Amino acid sequence: MSKLTLIQAVNQALHHEMEKDANVVLLGEDIGRDGGVFRATDGLVERFGPSRVVDTPLSESAIVGTAIGMAAYGLRPVAEIQFMGFLYGAMEQLISHAARLRTRSRGRYTCPLVVRTPYGGGIHAPELHSESTEAFFIHTPGIKVVAPSTPAEAKGLLLSAIRDPDPVLFLEPSRIYRAIKEEVPEDEVLIPLGEARLVAEGEDVTLIAWGAMLHPTLEAAARMLEKGVHTDVIDLRTLSPLDSATILRSVEKTGRAVIVHEAARSCGLGAEIAAEICEKALLSLKAPVLRVTGYDTSVPLPKSENDYFPDCDQIVEAIEQVVQF
Amino acid sequence: MPRRVLEEFKIEWFQLLDEAGKLDAALLPSPDLISEKTVKAFYESMVLIRAFDEKALNLQRSGRLGTYASIQGQEAIQVACAAALQQSDWLFPSFRESGLSILRGNPMKALYLYWAGDERGNLVPEGVNDFPVAIPVGTHIPHAVGAAWAAQHKKDPIAVLTTFGDGATSKGDFHEGLNFAGVFKLPIVFLCQNNQWAISVPLSRQTAAKTLAQKAIAYGFKGIQVDGNDVFGVHVAVKDALDAARRGEGPTFIECLTYRLSDHTTADDASRYRSEEEVSLWRKKDPLLRLRTYMEAEWAWSEFQESALQQAVSERISASVEDFESTNPIDPLGMFDTLFASLSPDLLAQREAFEQRLAKRKKP
Repeated sequence: MSKLTLIQAVNQALHHEMEKDANVVLLGEDIGRDGGVFRATDGLVERFGPSRVVDTPLSESAIVGTAIGMAAYGLRPVAEIQFMGFLYGAMEQLISHAARLRTRSRGRYTCPLVVRTPYGGGIHAPELHSESTEAFFIHTPGIKVVAPSTPAEAKGLLLSAIRDPDPVLFLEPSRIYRAIKEEVPEDEVLIPLGEARLVAEGEDVTLIAWGAMLHPTLEAAARMLEKGVHTDVIDLRTLSPLDSATILRSVEKTGRAVIVHEAARSCGLGAEIAAEICEKALLSLKAPVLRVTGYDTSVPLPKSENDYFPDCDQIVEAIEQVVQF
Repeated sequence: MPRRVLEEFKIEWFQLLDEAGKLDAALLPSPDLISEKTVKAFYESMVLIRAFDEKALNLQRSGRLGTYASIQGQEAIQVACAAALQQSDWLFPSFRESGLSILRGNPMKALYLYWAGDERGNLVPEGVNDFPVAIPVGTHIPHAVGAAWAAQHKKDPIAVLTTFGDGATSKGDFHEGLNFAGVFKLPIVFLCQNNQWAISVPLSRQTAAKTLAQKAIAYGFKGIQVDGNDVFGVHVAVKDALDAARRGEGPTFIECLTYRLSDHTTADDASRYRSEEEVSLWRKKDPLLRLRTYMEAEWAWSEFQESALQQAVSERISASVEDFESTNPIDPLGMFDTLFASLSPDLLAQREAFEQRLAKRKKP
């Protein structure tokens, strides 16, 4: 065990899987000599060579598109897209092909690929470097979406994503790439996809978050605890498929739910979770389900971004509202 | 010197069998290509896939198939590709390759099923390394590039062929795919069935370039234009390119100049945008006609042989139509079963609810 940042944990997971399985290959822009713009692939080309750590042309659609062909042929490609906002150039490949290949070919071809991309804001970067549009992909049948919230989570989930027999979009919260260090097991501790994690337990309110937003949510939970309000905090980990059983179990206990995401509000994952709760746990509810989210605007440039993303105060306010309802 | 020429290029045009059915034997790489056996096999394949296509159009008109994309006029390309490919090679087609698919070993019944809207028709048999039909134009090209990359990585001695139309050369994925293939010198052949129409938009609106073949030059490999209605010419070009790919010499782009004799699909009416004069001009260049003329001159291919062949082909087609029409209806639950390797609890619940709905519907 050693204390690692999230980016180091990602790097360790890639090392581990490449060591273990010769079919795992990495492709993306600047991932070789440069080690990736965030250094996620640091040292990998030196260890595994340029035929397994492939610096590609600047070509997002072809990165994902060729990864589909590689996966169908029998490799386990892990593609890196530098920022989620650049993934849009490859959306047709993800939505029209990666997500459908198994279905289209009636199971003859599968697509065990991972697309890793940093997502979310908070790093004072230019336009389209702060996107969290996970809902586009959650809405797409045939693809899994994962968003880790800590270094150890990132490692365990990435190992599972690479071994998964289907395509996985792996969203790395760039804001906390280096903000947190924690003990990360050196050997493989796999975290299964599709299972949420109960980070804190309490009987009054259910808080649901993922990725970087877990941290202000935990901070809000701690502040509420001082006021005697006890919360369940659920880290979703896998956004698709959604672990609705864990959510419902908690809401049936607490009767109150607050969902936190930095993505825009309308048709965000929060809306789906609220609908799920209303359909299946309506009679347990003591208050309306609330969402604390980004606004339905484009993510602003760095000068205003901190005003765009939900913060601890907003989460505390929402918790107070559902408690006092 | 302030100005100098850095690059000049030439694009070759290639044809072995001309419009009048005359063969330029001097250009033949091997006499085997025009052995009676080979030529007859080419012709039989062309007649078969033409008959498959005509039957598909009939079935569509009588409401037994859905929208269908005809291959008429493009049979020479598809027969030539099938003959040039080895069983172990991989093929990434678009949606106007029914003939090529049949010749690669996909049952005709399956193709009819697919065009009737039954997904089971897209199940490529084991041992046939073909991707299923790709509807979004040109976006399958990077998949072929990825497979070629994987083959190179695993040192498999195979080549990849991907086929598409002239419209696809305007798409970003065409350019991204060719660029990757050039950079990594991959074992792949890009084949454009340039039938000169992308639904209603003519070639002149797809490109300002004199040929499509020259686009390969910008990606650092060879491009060639071949008469797409000459089965021998296409065969030689594709076989040479596949062999070069297998030898590690990198990709080739082959533009096969042909013509879409039919509408874009059965949902289209080409008379709205192109003249009957143009179509009839190309009917005279029909690849089947051309090969038959050659066979009549070379081996006195007779009316009797022709009608015997037509009869045999028609029996094969009827048998597959019978197979297709007697196939049990598809189980709609199947839509859940190939989505993922295993279903999440929520998907299982949806599947179960659907199953109950279906069971209720079955009850009298």
